[in-house]
Amino acid sequence: MAEAAVPARRSGGVAAPGLPSWSGTALRVVVSIAVTLFGLMALTFFIGRMLPLDPVAAILGDNATQEAIDAMRAQLGLDQPIWVQFARYVGDVVRLDLGTALTTGKPVLADIARVFPATIELATVGIIIGTGLGIPLGVMAAAYRDTPVDYFVRVFGLLGYSTPNFWLGLMGLVLFYATLGWVGGPGRIDTAFQWDIEPVTDLLLLDTAMAGQWEIFRDVFGHIILPASILGFGALAYISRMTRSFMLEQLSQEYVVAARVKGLSWMRTVWVHAFRNVAVQVVTVVALAYAFLLEGAVLTETVFAWPGFGRYLTNALLAGDMNAVVGCTLLIGIIFVALNLLTDLLYRLFDPRTR
Amino acid sequence: MSASTPFGVWLRAPVPASPFQARMQALWKAWRRLRGNPPALAGAILLVLLLAVAIFAPLIATHDILAQDLTARLQKPSATHWLGTDDLGRDIFSRVVYGSRITLYIAFLAALIAAPLGLIIGTTAGYLGGWTDTILMRLVDIFLSFPSLILALAFVAALGPGIENAIIAISLAAWPPIARLARAETLTVRNSDYIAAVRLQGASRMRIIVHHVMPMCIPSVIVRITLNMAAIILTAAGLGFLGLGAQPPSPEWGAMLSTGRQFAMNAWWIAAIPGCAILLTSLAFNLFGDGLRDILDPRHG
Repeated sequence: MAEAAVPARRSGGVAAPGLPSWSGTALRVVVSIAVTLFGLMALTFFIGRMLPLDPVAAILGDNATQEAIDAMRAQLGLDQPIWVQFARYVGDVVRLDLGTALTTGKPVLADIARVFPATIELATVGIIIGTGLGIPLGVMAAAYRDTPVDYFVRVFGLLGYSTPNFWLGLMGLVLFYATLGWVGGPGRIDTAFQWDIEPVTDLLLLDTAMAGQWEIFRDVFGHIILPASILGFGALAYISRMTRSFMLEQLSQEYVVAARVKGLSWMRTVWVHAFRNVAVQVVTVVALAYAFLLEGAVLTETVFAWPGFGRYLTNALLAGDMNAVVGCTLLIGIIFVALNLLTDLLYRLFDPRTR
Repeated sequence: MSASTPFGVWLRAPVPASPFQARMQALWKAWRRLRGNPPALAGAILLVLLLAVAIFAPLIATHDILAQDLTARLQKPSATHWLGTDDLGRDIFSRVVYGSRITLYIAFLAALIAAPLGLIIGTTAGYLGGWTDTILMRLVDIFLSFPSLILALAFVAALGPGIENAIIAISLAAWPPIARLARAETLTVRNSDYIAAVRLQGASRMRIIVHHVMPMCIPSVIVRITLNMAAIILTAAGLGFLGLGAQPPSPEWGAMLSTGRQFAMNAWWIAAIPGCAILLTSLAFNLFGDGLRDILDPRHG
């Protein structure tokens, strides 16, 4: 997470200043997205096919005969020139075919669709915690700069940046689950309830709430709260730090002095006047933090045996299942590009200063 | 350093008489600013301690880090085993001490690969401009489209597990932000008069980039890489935890945590202690990096 300490504008190349004309900009945006996506595919292709690990050996094992190896090479298209292989890969991806996962024997995309709701649910609860605490903390730290409030928020944030979340998860399990018994253990739900749920959205909190199964809802909540809090802690660190620095900039402006001279209370000045001006920036930071939770989820899910995207990726990694690894990596890249595009759009729509 | 001693006077002289004196004065000023920034000082002290532990590990460790003693497994912290023993009866304190060597080795080597790579690509793109710039920066954008851990994981998956591959993977994921930073710095200096002056003297592009542009970018690159070290350490520990980094019986902290995980419910210290070590190291780099930014780069002060 510390990567994002500086407000890097990770645009997909659409940060052109000014708007000469909507059609021209739209065209440029489309071209730039196409180039970026092409680049993503080139990079994942490179990782999946060019680096040393032999896909044929991964499928057939070490004892295969030379004929079997040659046949498999032909079947995978590895006997073709590299550019033919790449063109075929691009064609497959465009047709939403990410290949077959060796570990499950199913299409990678179907696997991802199956495990993704678990991660979305975890990340969403995490970002709610991170935003709900991170924004007020950041604003208060800026409003009371260089006071104990500010020091507390900064130290708390620094710990969020520096703590390995998989370790925090493990310690949390030892303390809150094994010792105190306050929360549910690993997994999304107690096995006793596993078959009582009618999956509609695959978001268990939503499914149980809609069906009115409050006892199961409480169990699911008990399972999600610890991993989500730990993910949220990382998001909190990032959100509070960025909010603080945006607010410090606003609070040094003259209109703040003017509002105070007019007799407005400090809290009203801070929240109503200054915060309004940073709201769009904060929303973009929250969007980025949400994306970074995907990264955090890889390790957190492993610790909590959470049957989501992160654990799927980890299992694929350990099994040397390159189709699944490359598919997951590409998907995360696309999500990031889409989110960056979205935040750029947000800026353009809601912040008059960018026009 | 008192102003009354000859050395103190020499350090404070308004006009330095030699390049050496000028450098010493700059160092002295940096040290004074560091002293005025308690969090950064705390980070610096922690880092020095950590380096000392890594260097003098054989003197500090109380036990052989590979010696197994199955009669003394999973012991709580005690007088003989200060931080307890792990599942094979190995002394955790000694292993954590030796583990600092591996962590620092990974972090510094990754920084030594990523920083120059980012610096070269960023300054070249920024100074040459045009198509070179477009292509190189597009490459940076593509790498930045992935969170660094995911990218490192994908590279390790392809290269195979192991500490060297982990370092390569982490470096490949860490250079792009540096390149972007170096390019931004280059754009601010490329049109200055001193660059025009060297160009008129007939310096080649290569010479200008290496001798006149890069030095201007180095302070901010150092700050950035110091802050990145914290992230690099967390990534390395994460790779070790997943079994993709350093392999057992190496006392790498992430790998130790991974073993500790299996015994966490009845012997919490096996996992708790390497985690604390990772946290402290990463915290030290974050504190020091924040302070360094304030010291070297007054704009962010």
